[in-house]
Amino acid sequence: MSREKILAAVKFNQPTAMPLPDMEVLNTLTDVRTDLASKYKTIATAGGSFVYEVSGFDEIKTIINNEFKAGVKVISALNELSDYIYAETVKHEDGHNFADVELTVLRTKLGVAENGALWLTEKDMGSRVLPFIAQHLAVVIGKDDFVPTMAQAYQVIADADYGYGSFISGPSKTADIEQSLVIGAHGPRSLSVFILS
Amino acid sequence: MSTAPTKDHPHLAADFNRDEPRVNWHDETLWWVRAKRDIAAHKLPEWELLRETASQIKFNVLSNLSTYLEQFEANAIKNGIIVHWAADATEHNQIVHSLLEQKGITKMVKSKSMLTEECHLNEYLKEQGIDVIDSDLGERIVQLANEPPSHIVLPCIHKKKEEIGDIFHEHLGSAKGESDPKILTETARQHLREVFLTRRAALTGVNFAVAETGEFVICTNEGNADMGAHLAEIHIASMGIEKLIPERKHLGVFLRLLTRSATGQPITTYSSHFSKPQNGTEIHIVIVDNGRSIQLGREEFRNSLKCIRCGACMNTCPVYRKSGGHSYHTAVAGPIGSILAPNLDMKKYADLPFASTLCGSCSNVCPVKIDIHDQLYKWRQVIVKEGYSPKAKTMAMKAMALTLASPTLYRMGGKTGRLVFKYAPFAVNNKLNPWYNQREMPKAPDESFGEWYAKRKGAKNS
Repeated sequence: MSREKILAAVKFNQPTAMPLPDMEVLNTLTDVRTDLASKYKTIATAGGSFVYEVSGFDEIKTIINNEFKAGVKVISALNELSDYIYAETVKHEDGHNFADVELTVLRTKLGVAENGALWLTEKDMGSRVLPFIAQHLAVVIGKDDFVPTMAQAYQVIADADYGYGSFISGPSKTADIEQSLVIGAHGPRSLSVFILS
Repeated sequence: MSTAPTKDHPHLAADFNRDEPRVNWHDETLWWVRAKRDIAAHKLPEWELLRETASQIKFNVLSNLSTYLEQFEANAIKNGIIVHWAADATEHNQIVHSLLEQKGITKMVKSKSMLTEECHLNEYLKEQGIDVIDSDLGERIVQLANEPPSHIVLPCIHKKKEEIGDIFHEHLGSAKGESDPKILTETARQHLREVFLTRRAALTGVNFAVAETGEFVICTNEGNADMGAHLAEIHIASMGIEKLIPERKHLGVFLRLLTRSATGQPITTYSSHFSKPQNGTEIHIVIVDNGRSIQLGREEFRNSLKCIRCGACMNTCPVYRKSGGHSYHTAVAGPIGSILAPNLDMKKYADLPFASTLCGSCSNVCPVKIDIHDQLYKWRQVIVKEGYSPKAKTMAMKAMALTLASPTLYRMGGKTGRLVFKYAPFAVNNKLNPWYNQREMPKAPDESFGEWYAKRKGAKNS
């Protein structure tokens, strides 16, 4: 049995136990009172996201209606955006059915100012493949839902129970051809973020 | 495999060096990535603290690895993940194949995994009649070109866009002469979308696995790992035993370091945490040793298992930048690969620890503070002691030892050398002398230090 063989070899060869370092320092290093939403906006924009500061859902609808042609398939996980297919009602469908989705709109309660990452779990997505298979992705977040760094982000989700979750920080991209940045590799060609005040 | 085990690093590097403008371009491109790393690192005042913390966490992991492996396994099983163990590459490949065979699957989509490169999984599966398509754009390009990746983060960094255009024209039907990265990427997007939508099995690597929760994390910019995994019936994740970290909160440290060190990005576009399979699908994880437990027992080289595969040591290495990834004839090129490879096969990779200037730049940029250049130096000593060093080098070293041990021989040697440089420069300035390649030979001084000192002393005393 390879399992026993590997574990025995590891146990035999591993050095004397070393302690874990203090993590508290990193959690407290950054100032949480600065304007995290605007710091987020700067970083996320630099990473290729479109960030809109909005005062309500009507404003979000207007922007979506301006950016996307009428009649395209849009799936939304938000109750407030009821003009679209509600993610909850299609979440048990086979992921392949979403191949023609033009836009997915999701909601999160956790964003990270230092790197533009938004935390989304399976529950927020409806179906796991939705934020990847759609041609475009939009995420709604409250202006007070940002933490300064990943250290604080993991404090928030330390004990969270999820089947799947992802930090998403921008549109799908690649720079594999001569290091030229190209937006729109396999996932969404754009990420729009609506910061709700 | 298109790696050439019969050729060693100096000879393979010489092949790469034939095209000087390309070497300069390769060098500059990687240095540009290295510069981006510096900018990103300098933006965080706590950068050094992060590196130290990461290094200490990894030390804790290595010193408790058997416990963490068992803990991870138990929690992963609790989450509904099926766990397999593979002692070596062959067993890993057989496990993957048997999983596909059981489901009657003959086509698989794969996202980046250096471990499967190390195990030569693609070649093995091809022989079993399984079609594997790599979905990371850079990996797809080298796969179509029938080459291994030349860099762990930037697999086709050695290729010009015109060459990629030719490959796409031949295999993916793009227009002849098209070399615009935007258009080529769109071609790949359409081609791979079809692949994602039709494959029943997806294989991914693992960036980090968390003992406390039984989940694992995959980082990509393209989203290819997620597209593959979420659309497949079966997701197989291959992971080396060293990928474990103790708790979920430790991910915060590593995710902050990984891409800043790799490309200068603050984080990858996607950092995906897989904890449980989605309804109706399976997640399998193959935990692979393949020599890692041996390296764990080598006290001087143990630290190399801390590596999080960011590639920073390659981007900064003056030897890697000017010799290209393929000259290392191993899955992980560059400084860290030159430490890992001799552990797998000391004879085959005896040349690699010598492919370094020992300048220390690799150790300085390493996000988990691996003493890379020290380990390269230590490997050289082990390799010489074990008798695996190149023959010419061994002979030269023996001659040098003899000369240095005898003052008479030393003086004679110096004198002869200076005379040769002065009166017969063609004896050293020729292709038989490896030091003359890509290098100007120095002018020899008229007298040795010993002669000068004796003269000076004589003048003072008189």
